[in-house]
Amino acid sequence: MSSRAATLEAIRKNRPSGEYALPEVPVFAPLVGEDLVAEFGERLKRMGGRIAEPGSADPFEAVRERLKASKIVASAVPEIEGNRDLSQVAQPQDLADVDVAVVRAVFGVAETGSVLFTQDELRVNAVAYLAQHLIVLLDPADILVNIQAAYRRPEFGRAAYAVLHTGPSATADIEGVLIHGAQGVRSLTVLLMPRGAH
Amino acid sequence: MSADDLNLRSGASNRDGLIHPEVAKANDESERGQDGQRLTHAEGASRPISAAPKAAREPQPRGAKIRGDRPIDQAEAAERFLAAPLHQKAHDERLWDVRKKRDVATHGIPEWEELRELASAIKAHTLSRLDEYLEQFEAQAKANGVHVHWAADGAEHNRLVHRLLKDHGARSLIKSKSMLTEECGFRHYMAGTGIEVIETDLGERIQQLDDEEPSHVVMPAVHKTRLDVAEVFAKTMGTDPENDDAHYLAESQRMHTRPLILEADAGLTGCNFAVAETGTVVTCTNEGNADLSGNVPRLQIHSIGIEKLIPRTEHLGVFIRLLSRSALGSPITQYTSHFRKPRPGTEMHMVLVDNGRSERLGMEEFWTSLKCIRCGACMNTCPVYRRSGGLSYGATYSGPIGLIIDPTFNKRKYSTLPFSSTMNGSCTNVCPVKINIHEQIFAWRKVLAEEHQIPLLKQGMMKAAGQVLSRPAAYRAAIGAADSALRHLPRFAVYNPLNTWGKGREMPETPRQSFHAWYRQNRMGKGTGQ
Ligand code: SF4
Repeated sequence: MSSRAATLEAIRKNRPSGEYALPEVPVFAPLVGEDLVAEFGERLKRMGGRIAEPGSADPFEAVRERLKASKIVASAVPEIEGNRDLSQVAQPQDLADVDVAVVRAVFGVAETGSVLFTQDELRVNAVAYLAQHLIVLLDPADILVNIQAAYRRPEFGRAAYAVLHTGPSATADIEGVLIHGAQGVRSLTVLLMPRGAH
Repeated sequence: MSADDLNLRSGASNRDGLIHPEVAKANDESERGQDGQRLTHAEGASRPISAAPKAAREPQPRGAKIRGDRPIDQAEAAERFLAAPLHQKAHDERLWDVRKKRDVATHGIPEWEELRELASAIKAHTLSRLDEYLEQFEAQAKANGVHVHWAADGAEHNRLVHRLLKDHGARSLIKSKSMLTEECGFRHYMAGTGIEVIETDLGERIQQLDDEEPSHVVMPAVHKTRLDVAEVFAKTMGTDPENDDAHYLAESQRMHTRPLILEADAGLTGCNFAVAETGTVVTCTNEGNADLSGNVPRLQIHSIGIEKLIPRTEHLGVFIRLLSRSALGSPITQYTSHFRKPRPGTEMHMVLVDNGRSERLGMEEFWTSLKCIRCGACMNTCPVYRRSGGLSYGATYSGPIGLIIDPTFNKRKYSTLPFSSTMNGSCTNVCPVKINIHEQIFAWRKVLAEEHQIPLLKQGMMKAAGQVLSRPAAYRAAIGAADSALRHLPRFAVYNPLNTWGKGREMPETPRQSFHAWYRQNRMGKGTGQ
């Protein structure tokens, strides 16, 4: 007998007796205030992320220093031109030298300060982990109240890869000392930029 | 009731105090946020704790001695841990801090208890129809272009993954933390194959380089001090043995591991949740290493315990809210990743592993342990675990959850583990999927006694203990903790003959109420609902 058949047969034989109905999950009231942008920003900061409004003269003002200090910028958004074309990347390893990646989030989540990406926003999934720093464009209109609302979105059933980022890569495996940039990005900055505005 | 217990009830005052002031650290190295605030997300400690200065260097106590199938002597290993006060105190403090962070996080969610009920019911339902959900998951995954494999046990999982790697000509594999692969002994198996396995979670990497098992399901190296880590890294990566700065150590590991990640031919992750309706594997990590493992190499493998199934995506809205808050007191992990289809030009494989789970499903008293989402909350709250360290259990799973699932893997070897508990019930109270952990611990004691897996001495104690221990509510009242969160253990709970664990172990600062004093006060006075 194949292991598949053996496992399924054992499960059928050992099925717990009794009825265990699948409960309806009620819609819980959001635990955030009316001002979703403020709530999102507050929680993102607590998770180690940064948040900024676009500057009036230079929309990327808040991260200009970072960009200036970077040799390789990989941009997946029309708002800014990088010098590493993600559509020309043959393999993820070629992104090892990226200093900054700029991507747009599908949506944000106020409850946690998270942003969602799928393979479509990232172009090459690995860029969100191999880059040293991540700049995320988020339309304030795209902020959802909570995680429950996020999981009602269709992306999770459609995307090949979907990921919620909440702040940067972090570890505290050594005596509880919190350190950013364990393996992935060292910083994550969200710029509140409406879609197609700049 | 001691002042200490009262303190505990008030909560707030307790939050500021350390159990062991001597492990407080003056300088604070944790990251600061945008507004300059001290950050405590992920597994970050809410205040600096360190196992003392270099002057007081103390060798790391090692775990339980493994002698084939012979019963693990957890108490012996625990004694050695207790005899290393710097390690023991820092460990105790650190996990108690995580437990307190969990409390704060859960108090912010009015529907917390409802979420636990829902999570427990969703898991019960899924387990009661696991065959159907597995078939649905498999069909979905296949439709998504994923290769699905089934492994009856750990050995088959290892052989299967090995064959996959060989067929792809892989020379190295990067992996993220997975308790399932620990359970399968995957790393040990691979050691003989010539294919290099590289752990990419910092804690897990530390453990791999030190040739030690993880001591905690979420924080694999939590029993180690920075000095221990500095020593391991100096030996294996050539870092400066005198530099024990946590940032230096973490950065060295990043620099050391990065080329290995880029060169790896294959990547492997575990699985926190597997969604039947979409064929999705969900991982929850803080470092982003599961995403590197899944998104950089050409070959991508996900090892999945068959109990990880949940029916629908919407159920993640329940479990994701519970997991990290229970585990670390953080609202969510830094990364919640959903792997569904292979990247263009790459292969994605999923291995569904049974390894005793289908059999456990048929154990009337123990099947609900399959609901476990491996958050580690029961470990953080357990007074025995905090004082003895995860490696003292000599098993893949330690702490309360270990006590109830380890014997299903090997009754003789893990026959003594269910006795490493004070039966205070705190584990049950924090469990996000409402497993009746302490009742299962007691049930295991009975099973093991009946099957003569335990020595006669302990069987005698069992009889004596039965009276009180069979009524957990009475027992909790006995140890005088309203929420059963035990910062300290009352003296009698540790030293009375009802407990096999506390015998001969000196615990610092335990309130000195005796069992008989308690008995007079509670059972004879107010009564406990007898
Ligand atoms: S038994 Fe419950 S508390 Fe313990 S690790 Fe599992 S889910 Fe968490």
